[in-house]
Amino acid sequence: MSTSQTTTTEHHPALAHQFDSMAQQQGASTFGMWVFLLTEIMMFGGLFAAYLIYRIKYYDAFVAGSTSISVSWGFANTLVLIASSFTMAMAVWSAHKGKRGPLVGFLIGTMILGAVFLGIKGKEYYDKYDECHIPGHVIGKGFNAWGGCSVNNPGLGNIADEIQQHAREAGVSVPEASAMQTARQTEIFFSFYFLMTGLHAFHMIIGMGLMTWLLLRSRRGDFGPQYYTPIELGGLYWHFVDIVWIYLFPLLYLISRHKGAI
Amino acid sequence: MAEHSHPGPKLYFIIFFTLAFFTCATWAIAFVDLGILNPIVALAIACTKAVLVILFFMHVRYSDTLTKITITCGFFWLLILITLSLSDYLSRTLFTT
Repeated sequence: MSTSQTTTTEHHPALAHQFDSMAQQQGASTFGMWVFLLTEIMMFGGLFAAYLIYRIKYYDAFVAGSTSISVSWGFANTLVLIASSFTMAMAVWSAHKGKRGPLVGFLIGTMILGAVFLGIKGKEYYDKYDECHIPGHVIGKGFNAWGGCSVNNPGLGNIADEIQQHAREAGVSVPEASAMQTARQTEIFFSFYFLMTGLHAFHMIIGMGLMTWLLLRSRRGDFGPQYYTPIELGGLYWHFVDIVWIYLFPLLYLISRHKGAI
Repeated sequence: MAEHSHPGPKLYFIIFFTLAFFTCATWAIAFVDLGILNPIVALAIACTKAVLVILFFMHVRYSDTLTKITITCGFFWLLILITLSLSDYLSRTLFTT
């Protein structure tokens, strides 16, 4: 703000000339990052709204689909992602305090936890592949030129059996044709499941790339108490991806769990 | 506004354990039959967790008013999207049959 600053030519090498001070530069960058994150909210928000509408329309199918995914792995992944958010927050704090060693350590910790998350997600995806639950029933175990899962629809058949089983336990009888129709509608649930968790996992992969870049720059000693904006913004991105999962977990994994199996 | 800088490791630990506690709580409550309240409780816990992450991990509590207002606008937009869409779909079958 003060005009006297123009008299000195010495300033931090990371300060761009359109800014008066490092604090102003970081404020502008943080604001810009938040505007980007709001566009991300618009993208995920549309998906969440569509998911909720279909969940109301095909509730029974969404219950059947939801109880077929592993709540234990989803729960474990939520804890892993929360822990990674904690290490990320600690990385930002270390950068702010000028502690290069802890900064590098916490960034590596965040990347390890991110990799664990993606590994668990991959295991869950493989289970769905194995059970022939991938929508379209073409890609799945025993996939071949003649259709693999599409032959006899084992995935849908198993879901239909389970729907009838649960109904029997509740003392209601569900005809096979109606159970099969509900089983077919679970493809809508699985489409949302793969689209939303897939888009989330894609963000995680981008986040891992960002972390790699931040790690290299941190090791080089680019950041200190005066300048750590990239770490701060990388942190905002990572926490945002965490928030998306905080909503995905209850919405996808926890529909009517008290009625179904673990 | 004396303490303008970031919160320290102690607060981050507290937030982390609170988030882990809420995660365990939402998982445990999901297996109890609360009827219509099940999804409401699950989403209330999710919102609490998200607010904790935004305020403390993302430092919004310590940021300037412009950033706070902008973020609030973004989430308010999301609220409009979800509530107006659902109030339509949830009420369509109310006056039939």
